[in-house]
Amino acid sequence: MRGGEALIKSLKDQEVDVVFGYPGGVLLPLYDVIYDSDMRHILVRHEQCAAHAADGYARASGKVGVCIGTSGPGATNLVTGIATAYMDSSPIVAIAGQVATGLIGNDAFQEVDTIGMTMPITKHNFQPMNSQEIPEIIKTAFYIAGTGRPGPVVVDLPKDVQEQELDMDKEVRIDLPGYKPTRKGHPLQIKRAANLIANSKKPVILAGGGVILSGSSEELIKLAGIIDAPVVTSLLGKGSFPEDHPFSLGMLGMHGTKTSNYMVDECDCLIAVGCRFSDRTTGNVAEFAKNAKIIHIDIDPAEIGKNVEVDIPIVGDAKITLSSLIKALNQNNTSGNTDEWMKYVQNFKRSSSPRTSFNDVPLKPQQVIKEIMNATDEETIVTTDVGLNQMWMAHYFKVKHPRTFLSSGGLGTMGFGFPAAMGAKVAKPETDVVAICGDGGFLMVSQDLATIKEYDIPVVICILDNRYLGMVAQWQKLFYEKRLSHTHLGEVPDFVKLAEAFGVSAYRVEKPGEVQETLKNAINSGEPTLIDITIDPEEILPMVPPGCGLTEMVGEYKIEIESADGVPYYREAEERAGD
Amino acid sequence: MENERTHIISALVLHKPGVLQRVAGLFTRRGFNIESITVGTSEQEGIARMTIIAKGDGKILEQITKQLNKIIDVIKVRDLEPEKTVKRELCLIKVHTPTEKIRSEVIQYANIFRGRIIDVSPETLTIEITGASDKIDALIDLVKTFGIKEIARTGPTAMSRGIKTI
Repeated sequence: MRGGEALIKSLKDQEVDVVFGYPGGVLLPLYDVIYDSDMRHILVRHEQCAAHAADGYARASGKVGVCIGTSGPGATNLVTGIATAYMDSSPIVAIAGQVATGLIGNDAFQEVDTIGMTMPITKHNFQPMNSQEIPEIIKTAFYIAGTGRPGPVVVDLPKDVQEQELDMDKEVRIDLPGYKPTRKGHPLQIKRAANLIANSKKPVILAGGGVILSGSSEELIKLAGIIDAPVVTSLLGKGSFPEDHPFSLGMLGMHGTKTSNYMVDECDCLIAVGCRFSDRTTGNVAEFAKNAKIIHIDIDPAEIGKNVEVDIPIVGDAKITLSSLIKALNQNNTSGNTDEWMKYVQNFKRSSSPRTSFNDVPLKPQQVIKEIMNATDEETIVTTDVGLNQMWMAHYFKVKHPRTFLSSGGLGTMGFGFPAAMGAKVAKPETDVVAICGDGGFLMVSQDLATIKEYDIPVVICILDNRYLGMVAQWQKLFYEKRLSHTHLGEVPDFVKLAEAFGVSAYRVEKPGEVQETLKNAINSGEPTLIDITIDPEEILPMVPPGCGLTEMVGEYKIEIESADGVPYYREAEERAGD
Repeated sequence: MENERTHIISALVLHKPGVLQRVAGLFTRRGFNIESITVGTSEQEGIARMTIIAKGDGKILEQITKQLNKIIDVIKVRDLEPEKTVKRELCLIKVHTPTEKIRSEVIQYANIFRGRIIDVSPETLTIEITGASDKIDALIDLVKTFGIKEIARTGPTAMSRGIKTI
């Protein structure tokens, strides 16, 4: 057997059922193997989309996603997607072609130092120098990508290695003396945490992406129920806790809900699970949860104490650690401790829920997102791009299940939403998948309309089209005297015509009520569809300016209050939120 | 918060290509201050020992060790306690010695510091000296007046005193 065949066989041994890729010169031997293989290969139209699709596949399914790109520009194009996966702890294996071993270092055609280039954005990377190493490297790559704190692994595969014969009967072992993730939290620390929680009067739980990665939503819900504590999430934590649950306060941080930001500010005990306290989550660290003792559960010891000083660190897998914590808490009598706090939290939440219904034309994004929610069911997977579209979704869209809200958090990669949706749909063909994009981000990856058409991957793309680089324009409006430097994106393209050029059905929507109807029809059609939604370019989202504490929000925060007879009425907040 | 000081970090790493780059890259990327790094084989086959001298307060040091531990090819990391550690550096100094008088003076200095003369030419002497970094600094200071042609220092390597190993 040759190296290329060994690679495909090794992927199959890892139960890989699909790869997203783009061939090239040095990958000819591998693609010649794929030609005869029953391995499903999806030809994307740009390598960045292969990486994002593999990432979307991984986030939707929990399995390791695989992407392939050729040497040189293929590998550099993969880099953005790999870095995106790295920042959000998403398990992918990226296979990059490399020039033949004899040419490495000679600045050969399409040669780039993929290993050096991807070192800081991967969990690990490999370069097999002879084909005999392939089975072991692939097995190890999947093990590293999918265990501990997940992340991307790169395999840099020279051309001649794909052609060399090897012996496939040799035993394949994983030998990693330097890699032993701690899964079980320290019992003494868990006991200390349980005591702290039992004695707290105003606890808040902060759930991050780690809860989703470890599959511990059930434990999280149980924990919140036992201690009677509200739950806030980071962006990547959306879906870890059902957002229609009365205890859910929504996302925390720079673009978080007012309730989350204020309650974290006031709490006396913050139980952070599987999150890394990013600057977008904490605001000014010196002001963050300043009245609280902080418990931090994370599988990556390096995240503990990195950004925020914590009182009780617990290194471990969230699922295992939360189970132990729940057991420890059951031995403490906690009932009734937080009654007053919960009443206060619920009142605060009710009186500061953001208004979501608007009849305006052009459409308000809040209204659009409400209609998207009405058109989808709770199993629907939504992906977002990056910018205002993402933050509006994070703020207003209620997610009920893990792995149904996929968004590029850490790296903030524009262009993520559409290809990630493509990957998610391939992973979960029976589930509806909707990509919520901005016009800027979608245009960065629009060539992959060809992919969803050719392979009949029926994702629905909703473009929140304001013709602005909305988030950057918002900052310019708030902090740079409204000097909108290069954030207006002009009048072209016509997204409907663009989609139609690829044979993808497309609709333009401009009035209230149309989003819901058009989206519902698009989902039911079972065909790839694009919906271009014209929205109000002036609408911005209240935010915490960089360097400020979480309660120092600026921007108008429109409040929705339910009156006694259950009919909602609206009150424009007269003062600026936070005053 | 503990004050900033110099730390001696000893790490066992897999002896394979790219490991030094992974470690050095980490220091650059995270903005850690690195003074020196030495690498060589260890007592176990396939495993190399790295000695890293880095500056920082307690929090930075904690991050350095945790981030080093995350590198898959790094097996073990320890911050050695300065008072329970032996630390040595090797230095070669090529001194300009045009006259007999200067030459004998330099040889005397080398002897006082338990250095050795390892190369002689009509114009130069090369001293080999091993020891703590401040001892090497002192010798360099002394012979500086004669004119130093070249210095090559290894940076310190270190291990714990007594039976303790990492």
